[in-house]
Amino acid sequence: MTETKPLSLQVPEPSSRPGDKPDFSYIDLSAAGTTRRPEIDCAANSMRDLAFELVKVLDKNNDAVGPWAMDLDDALLLKGLRAMEKTRAFDERMQMAQRQGKTSIYVQCRGEEAIACGQRLALKKGDMCFPTYRQQGLLIAQDFPIVDMICQIYSNAKDKLGGRSLPFFYSEREHGFFSISGNLGTQFMQAVGWAMASAIKGDTRIASGWIGDGASAEGDFHAALVFASVYKPPVVLNVVNNQWAISSFQGIAGGQAANFACRGHGFNIPSLRVDGNDFMAVYAASNWAIERARSNLGPTLIEWVTYRAAAHSTSDDPTKYRPKDELEAWPMGDPIERLKNHMIRKGIWDEERHTALKQELKDEVRAAAKDAESYGTLGKGPVPGIGEMFEHVYKEMPAHLLKQRKQAGV
Amino acid sequence: MARMNMIQAIRDALDIKLADDDNVVVFGEDVGYFGGVFRATQGLQEKYGKSRVFDAPISELGIIGAAVGMGAYGLRPVPEIQFADYILPAYDQIASEAARLRYRSSGEFSAPITVRAPCGGGIYGGQTHSQSPEALFTHVAGLKTVIPSNPYDAKGLLIASIEDDDPVIFLEPKRLYNGPFDGRHDGPATPWSEQDSGEVPDGHYTVPLGKAAITRAGEAVTVLTYGTMVHVVAAAVQETGIDAEIIDLRTLVPLDEEAIEASVKKTGRCVIVHEATKTSGFGGELIAVVQELCFHYLEAPIERIAGWDTPYPHAQEWDYFPDPGRVTKALEKVMLP
Repeated sequence: MTETKPLSLQVPEPSSRPGDKPDFSYIDLSAAGTTRRPEIDCAANSMRDLAFELVKVLDKNNDAVGPWAMDLDDALLLKGLRAMEKTRAFDERMQMAQRQGKTSIYVQCRGEEAIACGQRLALKKGDMCFPTYRQQGLLIAQDFPIVDMICQIYSNAKDKLGGRSLPFFYSEREHGFFSISGNLGTQFMQAVGWAMASAIKGDTRIASGWIGDGASAEGDFHAALVFASVYKPPVVLNVVNNQWAISSFQGIAGGQAANFACRGHGFNIPSLRVDGNDFMAVYAASNWAIERARSNLGPTLIEWVTYRAAAHSTSDDPTKYRPKDELEAWPMGDPIERLKNHMIRKGIWDEERHTALKQELKDEVRAAAKDAESYGTLGKGPVPGIGEMFEHVYKEMPAHLLKQRKQAGV
Repeated sequence: MARMNMIQAIRDALDIKLADDDNVVVFGEDVGYFGGVFRATQGLQEKYGKSRVFDAPISELGIIGAAVGMGAYGLRPVPEIQFADYILPAYDQIASEAARLRYRSSGEFSAPITVRAPCGGGIYGGQTHSQSPEALFTHVAGLKTVIPSNPYDAKGLLIASIEDDDPVIFLEPKRLYNGPFDGRHDGPATPWSEQDSGEVPDGHYTVPLGKAAITRAGEAVTVLTYGTMVHVVAAAVQETGIDAEIIDLRTLVPLDEEAIEASVKKTGRCVIVHEATKTSGFGGELIAVVQELCFHYLEAPIERIAGWDTPYPHAQEWDYFPDPGRVTKALEKVMLP
């Protein structure tokens, strides 16, 4: 009889911790241009290799190469570059504003700007995104008035959400931006429901659902894949794998055992793994998935491989759990630098114009923040009234809330 | 006008709303081709097509999450949760999402969904097919909670719920579905077809949300109850001969405080009866409301009869289920001079 040894629990550990040399050797990198581009009506089971490759368009020299390289016009590239730089300038300003006590919390998307900005530019007006925390680029890429975003962040008198929601939990129906929830993951299933509704009504609009590597462990993610595979609604299912969910590396969400793209295979959903720091790849892969959805070919799952360059939020200190210099070791570069260099190489951009653009955007954001501040900041100056707290609980205020509102002194 | 049982009345309400509003969709486990395990949706897929009435995967969170997304789009989904006991996987989508979507978006998005779920015991359903989870929903701001006790109300309340712009949890006491039930599992029963509340008008009508019904007027004591217990209370009142006023609350949120206040001020006594477990049950809320509104009118402590604080048992079902005997004792106690 063989002796039975005691069992032991395996808890995954990231490749490096504070003090260690950063190690991203676990990330499989395909060379730019080497990943094939199937037709949009390709059967899911004939493109399974794509979940293990990496769609990447910009090569080491920042030339656009391979089958995913689309001939994007110069104006679109400039729009993308501008949206990404504006998003970064916005984040920097809001980070500072939080430190100055103008709001309670802020979340930057530094390093991930290409994903939301790129996909938004590939979507049409009327399409609905169900974002999570780091998709402010979806609004900024549409030239949404940033002063309105800042008023929301400041919970001031001009916050259209009346101070009821956390900062950056925007809701902009007309701009295809679904109200953000703090219970991460729920929106992924809702995006599928919205897309089902669009199909039921014979509409032409599509949905785009967003989730992070961490929240993909929620049941909502799996339910979304089941419903998406069953009803084949027009939806793009985006998993932003930025390697970190607060302090938990992506292996704690199961990313070490199997990547996030290949999760689509069990549902026979076409799945792509894409360089999320490559604007050209983001646009091309989004465009592919959007075309599929719009042609009634159903859902696409996309894992965007990227890196959360900043802290999780203003309440977080990543030096406590990952090497300080991890960002420098990140092998996929910075999305803004890469697109900028591509445009310079193409002869449509230069450093001088870029410096001027950055200054212009910085000034624009500063002016917007100043404007917003004239309507108050969290708890200071003009603020939403107490009565706002009782609004929008129900469509009509029921008797018990009217009574409580009176007790609250309104 | 037709005599119907509660299942037929519910099906009739769904039929009417599917016909008069293209944005109404009905889906859930087994509800499509088969017509639901209790047959509430029988024939509706055939009549309205597969994109309006369809089967869903066994994923309650998926069913409600899809409904929230559809509601945000502009539909009026009527998802079915096969048993209220199964609703917990969907609780996050109900309590954190459907209930708060209007609030967090300033009304830009809302979830005008009606979640239908059979609740309560009395059919030997054991721990997982018998529960009454209404208090889990009445505690959540942004939801409305409705529980009918007869076919007429079931149809009118369901139509009103579907037409309501806020999310409604519509709990259907399954002991009453096919009826009949006169409050005693071992006694004779009057079929719905011989009861006035089994008389269901044709076509569209509503029973307003937030309005209680006085099912028996009386002067001696007020009994606040809902769902299956309305019939248990009626049996106890009949047997004791006590001149009780029975209030069928019908909607728990918003609660018809006016009806409660008027009745208790009149009778000066109050008994509360529900099937759900006692601790933190809705009865506790009712006691608080009564003492806030009527303290100086009360001539006796309020009595509360509820399911015992145990999981719902199988073999001991009728010892768990509050019966007319327990209600009678409470009535007699509260009537002591």
